Formats: sequence, C-alpha cells, structure tokens
Amino acid sequence: MAENNSRKNIFERMFAIDRRWVYGFLMLAVVLSVIAKPIIPIPISREARSIYDFMNSLNSGDYIHLAMDYDPSTLAELHPMTRAVLKQCFEKKIKVIITALHQNGPGMAAAAIDTACQRHFELTGYRPESGKDWVFLGYKPYPILIILGMGQNYRIPFPNDYYNVPLDSLPMMNGIRNYQNVKAVINISATSATDWWITYGNGRYQVPLAIGVTGVMATDYYPYLQTGQIFGILGGLQGAAEYETLVGTPGKAVEGMSVQVVGHSIIIIFIIIGNIGYFATRKKSKLGL
Amino acid sequence: MKRQFPLIIIFSLGLFMVVQYFVPHEKSEFFYEFIALDWPPIIGAFALMLGVISLTRVSITKIKRKKEAWGYSIVTLIGLFTMSAVGVVGYHYPPLTRAFNWNFNNIMIPISATMFSLLAFFIASAAYRAFRARSVLATILLVAAIIVMMRFFPLGPLTSVVGRASDWILNVPNLAAKRAILIGVGLGIVSTAMKVILGIERSYLGKD
Repeated sequence: MAENNSRKNIFERMFAIDRRWVYGFLMLAVVLSVIAKPIIPIPISREARSIYDFMNSLNSGDYIHLAMDYDPSTLAELHPMTRAVLKQCFEKKIKVIITALHQNGPGMAAAAIDTACQRHFELTGYRPESGKDWVFLGYKPYPILIILGMGQNYRIPFPNDYYNVPLDSLPMMNGIRNYQNVKAVINISATSATDWWITYGNGRYQVPLAIGVTGVMATDYYPYLQTGQIFGILGGLQGAAEYETLVGTPGKAVEGMSVQVVGHSIIIIFIIIGNIGYFATRKKSKLGL
Repeated sequence: MKRQFPLIIIFSLGLFMVVQYFVPHEKSEFFYEFIALDWPPIIGAFALMLGVISLTRVSITKIKRKKEAWGYSIVTLIGLFTMSAVGVVGYHYPPLTRAFNWNFNNIMIPISATMFSLLAFFIASAAYRAFRARSVLATILLVAAIIVMMRFFPLGPLTSVVGRASDWILNVPNLAAKRAILIGVGLGIVSTAMKVILGIERSYLGKD
C-alpha cells in the first residue's frame, strides 16, 4: 500500500485524497476562524427582509404565533432566528403565542423564551411576562392534528399552557380563539411540520405564514414563496445572521457565518483539487501512460 | 369480519376527516376534538409502550449474551429509565423537574448538537468525492453548487454578481424542479389516500 502511494504522482494524489486530510483541514479551518473571528459582511436577502418588514408593520398589541418545531440537533442554526424574532416582538410589544411541535423541543423552547425575556430585561428593565406578553403552549403529538385543531380553537389541543395554567385564565388569551386572531405564523422548523403549516395552517385557514428552516431545507420551500403561500424564508445560519443584522443585534449567527464561509471555502478548494486530479489522470489514461 | 371491520373503520373515519375539513362548525369541532385529537394519543401511548418493552427486551438480551457493543445497551437502558422516571415523578413532584431539565440541557442538547455538527465533516468528504465534472449534467451540478455556496462570500465587486446568479439558480431551475416533484408527490398522496379509504389498497391489513 505504502509502495503504491509512493508511486502515485501529484495528480493521482489530488484525485484520491484520504478523507482524514479533508476532516483535518476542515477542523483546522473551523477552529482558526472561531479564534480569529473574521468579520463577514451579511447581505440581506429579499426573503429575510420581507419577514422583518412585515413584523415591523405590526402595531403594539398585535398577536403572532411562533411555532418552534425543532430539536437540539439544529439548535445552532435555528435558535438565533428564534431569539431575533422574540427580541423584535418584545421590543414592539407584539404578543407571542408559542408552540413547540417536536417531542424534543419544549424544554429547549422554554429555555430560549427565558433567555429572550432575560435579555429584554437587561436592555429595558422590563421582563416580558407569561400570559401577558407571551404564552407558551408547549407540545402535543401529531402536528397535523394540532395545527388543524388550533385553527378551530387554541383551547382544543391546548386547554392549558406549558406550565399547566388554564388558557382561559391568561389575560393575553382573552378573546383569542384561533388563527383569525393572529397576524401571522412564524414557523421555525427542522422537520416536516413546515409542510403541515403550509398545507393546513395556510392552505386550510389562510393564516399568513413565514418560515425559518435549516440550510439544507431552504431550497425546498422556494416554490411556496413564489406562489405567496409563505411571505418569507430564513434559510439556515445565513437567514439567522440576516435577521440578527436586521434587528440590530448581531449574535451567534453572525459570528457563525465567518466559520461557515471558511468551511465552505475549504470544501470548494477540495472540490477544485479533486477535479484537477480527475482531469489530469483522465488525460493520462486516455494517452495510455 | 376480521378484514371487513378494519375496512369499515378506515372508510368511515377517512370520510369523516374529509367532510370535517370543509365544515367549520362548532359540532364539527366537537367531533374533531373527540375523534382526531383524543384517539391518536391513546393509540400512540400504547404504541409507545410496545416500543419501550421491545427496546428493553432487545437490550437485555444483548447484555445477557454479551453481543457486540453490549455496553451501549446498558447506557440505553439507564437513559431510558432514568429520564422516564424523572419525567413522570417530576410531573407530580415539581422540584424534580429541575433534574429532568438538567439532564436535558446538559446531556441531550450537547449530544444532539454534536451529532448534527459531525455532518459537516461527512458532507465535506462526500462533496470532494462526488462533485467531479464527469459529464455535462455533473458539471452543471458542480457549478451550481459552487455558486450557491459562494453567495455569502465577501468577493468585492463580484459579490452582487454571484448573489444574482445564486438567486436565479434558486428561483428558476430549482423552483421548477421542486414544483414538478411537489405536484407529483401531491397527486400520489391523493391517489394513495383514496385507495386506502375505498379499500383498494389493503396491504396495511397484513397477509392473514
């Protein structure tokens, strides 16, 4: 094996780099960019701006529904979106109804809400209160049924909130029955719950819908954007960084973008090296050398 | 009757859900709450119980016979029963909820995030091996992937050009292909649902 390797010329080596080198270079690049923290400009896409503009157009006291349908595995990409959306809501005094339709989501969602409230308190001296400024309904199984049920009445799937307080006793839920009472649903998701929100939330009940999804999911939802079934997309870490920039508090996503750009650069460099090796070795084999 | 009864249930409930979907009346809400929201969690709870029993039996057998990687089965059982116990007891004795949250925040979240982060390394290696310009189609895929990956790069005057090219890829060819797939999937779902409701598709009943 060692003899075979030593006989390989540079192009053959470029064609078949051991995967451990790829892992090693990627790890090195990620670690260095975390330490150096290079500043990457964040261009704002139309898809992200439309969500920001919509939220900005709401009045104090309006309601939105924030559906946090993800679990800890996608937390790095999606948590910054949630935090930025909550920050904008608390600043504009928009009331937020929150659900977490992923079985591993509720604990994480509760912690995210708590962090957002604490940050708002540190900035303004006022801590948004459960039942007055926001309500967290928690988790129930079978997202399709829950989305359809909430379209009829929030109290059907959620007679009590996450903290076991009856919905009817919460001042914020007074007169709030279903999606007709909220201005929009912002679905931040890493699951097929996004499809159900589009099909049933928007399709059945016509509630305006915007989504924040992981990078790999984002391209799947462009058709819905063009048809107007959703009015905005936050795609992956980039989308989160855009929203953090728009709400004026660059955070983890903006920091993470430099790491992502460096990581992508490494991948592109390896792709180019692989292709140079491929063409050089193909030419050689065609010539019969 | 063994075969007819499940078919009658499927037909009547399928028909009910179709009709209920288009009737936003209070009576309809009541039936929806009773049939669609109360029953699935009950069935799901029994299914979950079967899952827990099955996982426990498989893990115990693996440990007893000292099969390959049997140590992980011990971890599985400890995790399964510790979280279940703390979760159930915590519901009735709230101070214990903190223990559940501690386990979730300090074990579950880091483990899940780490597993997902590892994907970056596999994707990097797979991209290096797969993105070779072997044919015209492969070259198109390669170029499109690089443009979309580069759309966030600070490239000076080229940034807006790459950004526009990337937007075009996402909004035109990507959108057209996705839409075609979606329409196909949608038609497939409708026809399969109709076949199940009308009893044409019966494979879920088993062979007996």
